[in-house]
Amino acid sequence: MGKLVTIKIDGKEIKAEEGSNLLQTARDAGFDIPGLCYYDKVSPSGACRLCLVKIDGMRGLTASCTVKVNEGMNITAFDEELEGHRKAIVELLISEHKLGCMTCEVDSGCGLEDLAYRYDVTVDNLPFPARSEHLPVEATSPVILYDPNKCILCERCVKACYEIQGKGILSFAERGIDTYVATDLGGLWVDSNCDGCGECIQACPVGALVEKPSIGKARKWEITKEETICPYCGVGCRIEVEKKGNEIIRINGADGPANDGRLCVKGRFGYEYQMNDSRLTTPLIKENGAFREASWDEALDLIADKFTGIKNKYGSGAFAGLASARCTNEDNYVFQKFMRAALGTNNVDHCARLCHASTVAGLARAFGSGAMTNSIKEFEHADCILVTGSNTTETHPVIATYIKNAVQKHGAKLIVVDPRRIDLVKYATLWLRQQNGTDVAWLNGMMNVIINEGLADEEFIRSRTEGYEDFAAVVKEYTPERVEEISGIPKEQIIEAARVYAQAENGSIVFSMGITQHITGTDNVLSVANLAMLTGNVGKLYSGVNPLRGQNNVQGACDLGGLPNVYPGYQKVVDPDVKAKFEAKWNAKLDDKVGLSVTEMMDGAGEGTVKALYIMGENPMVSDPNLNHVEASLKKLDFLVVQDIFMTETTQFADVVLPSFSSYEKSGTFTNTERRIQLLNPVLDPPAGTRDDWQILQDISNRMGYKMNFTSAEEIMEEVADVSPIYGGVHFKKLGVEGVQWPCKTDDENDRGVLYLHKDTFSRGLGHFSPVDFIPPAELPDKEYPYMLSTGRILFHYHTGTMTRKVSALNSFESGPYAEISPELAETLNISENDDIRITSRRGSIVTAARITDKVAPLSVFVPFHFAEAAANRLTNDALDPIAKIPELKVAACSVEKA
Amino acid sequence: MATVPKLDVLICGGASCISNHSHDIKDKIFEELKKNGIEDEVRVIETGCMGPCELGPVMLVYPDKVFYQRLKPSDIETIVSDHFVKGRPVEEKVLVSETTRAIIEKGQQDTDFFKKQTKVVLSNCGRIDPENIEEYISENGYAALGSVLTSSTPDEVVETIKKSGLRGRGGGGFPTGRKWEFVKNTTNDQKYVVCNADEGDPGAFMDRSVLEGDPHCIIEGMSIAAYTVGANKGYVYIRAEYPLAIKRLEHAIEEAREYGFLGENIFETDFSFDLEIRIGAGAFVCGEETALIASIEGERGNPRPRPPFPAISGLWGKPTLLNNVETYANIRHIILKGWEWYASIGTETSKGTKVFALSGKIKNTGLIEVPMGTTLRELIFDIGGGVPDGKKFKAVQLGGPSGGCVPEEYLDTPIDYETLIELGAMMGSGGVIVMDEDTCMVNTARFFLDFTKSESCGKCVPCRVGLVQLHALLDKIVKGNGELEDLDKLEKLCYSVKKTSLCGLGQTAPNPVLSTLRYFKDEYLEHIQDHRCRAKVCTNLVTYTIVEDACRSCGICAKNCPVDCISGEKGVPYVINQDICISCGTCYDVCPFDAITTES
Repeated sequence: MGKLVTIKIDGKEIKAEEGSNLLQTARDAGFDIPGLCYYDKVSPSGACRLCLVKIDGMRGLTASCTVKVNEGMNITAFDEELEGHRKAIVELLISEHKLGCMTCEVDSGCGLEDLAYRYDVTVDNLPFPARSEHLPVEATSPVILYDPNKCILCERCVKACYEIQGKGILSFAERGIDTYVATDLGGLWVDSNCDGCGECIQACPVGALVEKPSIGKARKWEITKEETICPYCGVGCRIEVEKKGNEIIRINGADGPANDGRLCVKGRFGYEYQMNDSRLTTPLIKENGAFREASWDEALDLIADKFTGIKNKYGSGAFAGLASARCTNEDNYVFQKFMRAALGTNNVDHCARLCHASTVAGLARAFGSGAMTNSIKEFEHADCILVTGSNTTETHPVIATYIKNAVQKHGAKLIVVDPRRIDLVKYATLWLRQQNGTDVAWLNGMMNVIINEGLADEEFIRSRTEGYEDFAAVVKEYTPERVEEISGIPKEQIIEAARVYAQAENGSIVFSMGITQHITGTDNVLSVANLAMLTGNVGKLYSGVNPLRGQNNVQGACDLGGLPNVYPGYQKVVDPDVKAKFEAKWNAKLDDKVGLSVTEMMDGAGEGTVKALYIMGENPMVSDPNLNHVEASLKKLDFLVVQDIFMTETTQFADVVLPSFSSYEKSGTFTNTERRIQLLNPVLDPPAGTRDDWQILQDISNRMGYKMNFTSAEEIMEEVADVSPIYGGVHFKKLGVEGVQWPCKTDDENDRGVLYLHKDTFSRGLGHFSPVDFIPPAELPDKEYPYMLSTGRILFHYHTGTMTRKVSALNSFESGPYAEISPELAETLNISENDDIRITSRRGSIVTAARITDKVAPLSVFVPFHFAEAAANRLTNDALDPIAKIPELKVAACSVEKA
Repeated sequence: MATVPKLDVLICGGASCISNHSHDIKDKIFEELKKNGIEDEVRVIETGCMGPCELGPVMLVYPDKVFYQRLKPSDIETIVSDHFVKGRPVEEKVLVSETTRAIIEKGQQDTDFFKKQTKVVLSNCGRIDPENIEEYISENGYAALGSVLTSSTPDEVVETIKKSGLRGRGGGGFPTGRKWEFVKNTTNDQKYVVCNADEGDPGAFMDRSVLEGDPHCIIEGMSIAAYTVGANKGYVYIRAEYPLAIKRLEHAIEEAREYGFLGENIFETDFSFDLEIRIGAGAFVCGEETALIASIEGERGNPRPRPPFPAISGLWGKPTLLNNVETYANIRHIILKGWEWYASIGTETSKGTKVFALSGKIKNTGLIEVPMGTTLRELIFDIGGGVPDGKKFKAVQLGGPSGGCVPEEYLDTPIDYETLIELGAMMGSGGVIVMDEDTCMVNTARFFLDFTKSESCGKCVPCRVGLVQLHALLDKIVKGNGELEDLDKLEKLCYSVKKTSLCGLGQTAPNPVLSTLRYFKDEYLEHIQDHRCRAKVCTNLVTYTIVEDACRSCGICAKNCPVDCISGEKGVPYVINQDICISCGTCYDVCPFDAITTES
């Protein structure tokens, strides 16, 4: 808060913050000064001229939206002259506006309509003729419709696209009365780089930009609005759901702590799945190889009986369960409690194993805590951001906007280290293209330069860390020359990157699956941690080591004990004191051994040691590596229960399928990638016949004799707070819109948790430097499989596609599988765009369409993993990181041929 | 040793003379010199614009001071053989005095066109080779910069400029010294100086002429400004339509770098400065300073709200000094001759000289420079030679398309910033368009609105839509459909557009309407009430008839009529069917015997 000053508006004295926006200040003080171009999320443009005021000492009239408040300002906001001009401006706007108000999507929610009403301007009493010429409507985007005849050219959309989303796709084309908003200075919307985030629609004060899927669905007054958290990625954007009855009409970005109202195309348009006809609405039991509908009682009794039988016959070790990164914290808590207390096993894991197991392992070892050290909005203020192994624009689109803001608004330097020419490369000061799987080498190389050039933070190393000497001895061997040989990155670039990062006041590292999904995933993470500690870039604002978590609640699923080695709150299962505490709290005898990880469960099932598997909201038949092996394993199980909202590739192998809630229907909490626990709102009624995930688990548990009697998600969180110190201060009543960031240990209302971790001291005390040597990937291209295969996500789809592939808006951007190959490879193999190609690895083979692009390196192939019909994971290698047990999804060798 | 040339031949290389083939003349001279074997005795120099464009291509021969005009390549053989070889000027190609009809033998200064001019800004134009820095240096070039860098503090320079009374020549007339002081006093590591050479007014070409004829004076003026405000980087924003100006300035920048007038440690001081050219795509609005800055930044050339003013936050958010070409061109003279000298020229509030571009219905079209305070009458009748073809003067439009039209009764007003504003016009860039009795003032207002509405960037509502609606109202009147209440609507809308527009374009665009409403309201009323256009310009209000006696029945009118409303046969005068005629005026234009008359 800046200095308070006194200003006068129409004779009334007002206290306001010095430097604040005059229009906003006046409006906050109750002066309803009109204005259509002012939008508090972007810089003022002063275009509509409606907010003109008179300011003593300033010549002429001044647009108040462009003025900052100063001590002693004396303002006239309303007088006859100003109101006369305002009316004239509204008349001019109406004269060029297509008055299709009765069929307009924003009728009764339109800024211009409101002003026409206020100033009594109608087409009949205009002092001059309305314009008759009509420009063509731009409707080529799959999700956005732009009607230039309704556009008032306020520039809010143009600014939103650039200043908020960092994309700069929209601009004005032509000039004067012919001006319109265009992509690429006048090209077709569909041909542009527009990815459909819809930030422009949200910024539009009139009906010029609207959501195509919402057209004709509802009048504004039929709509009710409720806020909740987006069901997609780990950013945890707050959304405003507009609904008519129980149907979603549209979704807007709401001002949440992680997103400030921003959204991506999935968050805004990816809701259609919720109302898809194929939602499961009744339990299914497989009989003679086919599913039949069953009552809840029958299904739950059957599961309880089967499980009791298996437990009696094979013991607790025969069970395994996959918790879910899509379900709430409360669901996951009950899930692991059921597995541990009712079934008696620590064989609980979930797909975090496949994404950030190595992060948790590595950062726990280096810092004592395996989560994002800093917070999302800090990215905008970092001086240098090193992004590696994260295609942030596609996987965490809203986080990418803050990174772009840092570069575009504040001049931050962005270093991208990635084998692919990802979108962020366009914004980068430096792009280092390493060979897949050589991350330890280039990280050591950067650190070699930093040490040699005296750029290390010696005070930080001395006072905050241990293990430096052993670490430095290893790094010494990684000269830029040697690293160039290993990684393929020119040594000059390594040196430059080292200098840029080390010399930044605040350097932030962002990473994701490109770092973690390797047999050296833990090593990679340790190296990243080393780099941050070496330069003192951890434990302070705008810096840190920031693994981006992929799914909406993957952080929470880990926090709540959906892992085989820890109880909720990362309390180790092998610690006898901890075990004793949980045995007392849960009134049950607990397993004292670390349980099986995802891949080990599949091995166990394949080998016959695991007899029953309980899967809550996961789809390993698409998400897991080496699918042929997964398929064989699932088939061998005695009993498989899957709880989901749709039939999936995995449910086909189930014995019982149970229908549950989608996240729009849920109460409970998600924990986003910045450790922020946020409250969900059940904005829709669930389909009849479905039950909430935790409820189902509790019912089975009770049937098996282990009593749980939670009556609400809130009650579950109370128990979590009781048993898990890092969630100790988390209570629904306290969460509000802002949520809290763990660790949040006290009930104090003002304890909102921790914005950034490891201030003054690391969770483990001293930060630990680990000496890490480079180890090549498990499988590299050879004569038989000559190309480098890598897999990943794309913007328009999510995980195994169970949700996004049921959304026509998203399918219209990208509807099916493809593989990216380089122009060089295409030429060598005589492949044209969209040709079917066969990609084969030692584990399997898929046929998919070729997409020729220089995004990939010349001898590399990239396959998105969302598409079951050409599942990338038929090809991937299930070789594991020895510590984190994460498979090497990012590197495999493959062959390519025309199909 | 090379022979010292006996003759200096200055050929005008201004854009107007070049368009009239002055380069062919130059080539021809070289050819003839060679033929006569006197290449070493004659030095040929291509200069910038000499001013009297009407007479071009022009050529001045020293030391005889013989001024050749309206040259053709075919004239050169005689000029070389008679004048250059034998010393006898070719009289029929030499300029003749308007008043005495005598041949101008003692040089340009004797003509009325030149006599009343005071050349400061244009002092080098037409006199030196703009592509030779040595010639600029020999005219005391870069002496002002040297003197400032070695013996004045920035504060002293600001004082000098303030006391000189120089005001911005881009049209606004903001005191230059104060602007420099603002930028100087703004603290920032990085500041810029920018030269606005985006001369967008149709009919104004003084900035182009300075850049073409004396580019170094801009470099020097900007360097002095940069030293004063603490900038180390400058940009000159020129429109792409000025290729010759761009070429010559580029060349001058290269030369200045070679000679150490640009670059590091200029005059062995701590001052370093360099310049870059940015080429604009020709949008009129880019002459507005914030739009110009946006354009240099690579953005769409849309104006931005002020405040913040560029002096605080300009190019890339840094403090930026922005002056136009003519302003910078004055600087070296003020430094060299002292502020007292400069302040002694002009009026109470407007000091120094102003360059004007004369065009329209005036005999001597061209570029002239006069002291502030010269009257419009002197400008138009003494220097400009008055209205040609015996027509009657009606109005003079001052200040470009957003200026105002001033009638005869105010012609004795001395020109300065304030008097022009009072008259409803403005200094603008100095475009002077003279209109005679054949000009319809309503149509003139519509014409200028047509320009400004299509040059509106479209950003702010009053300018984007308001100008279109103003134009529509004028169009309605011009077409004979006007109603009396339209005049009130016009005035009211003009007022709103002026008051509420974001930038100078919209704030001034209604001026032609307001000034014609003020001085020529009777013409508006005639259009509306009597359906009459006294200038017979507004075709809907004009009737065309064929004068029987004059018609020779050639049939050309009928052949060209787009609606076939003219009929006749050999030997009988043709007739226009008024029911069908659309008053397009084609017959009037094509009749070889002036047999068609207009009535309104």
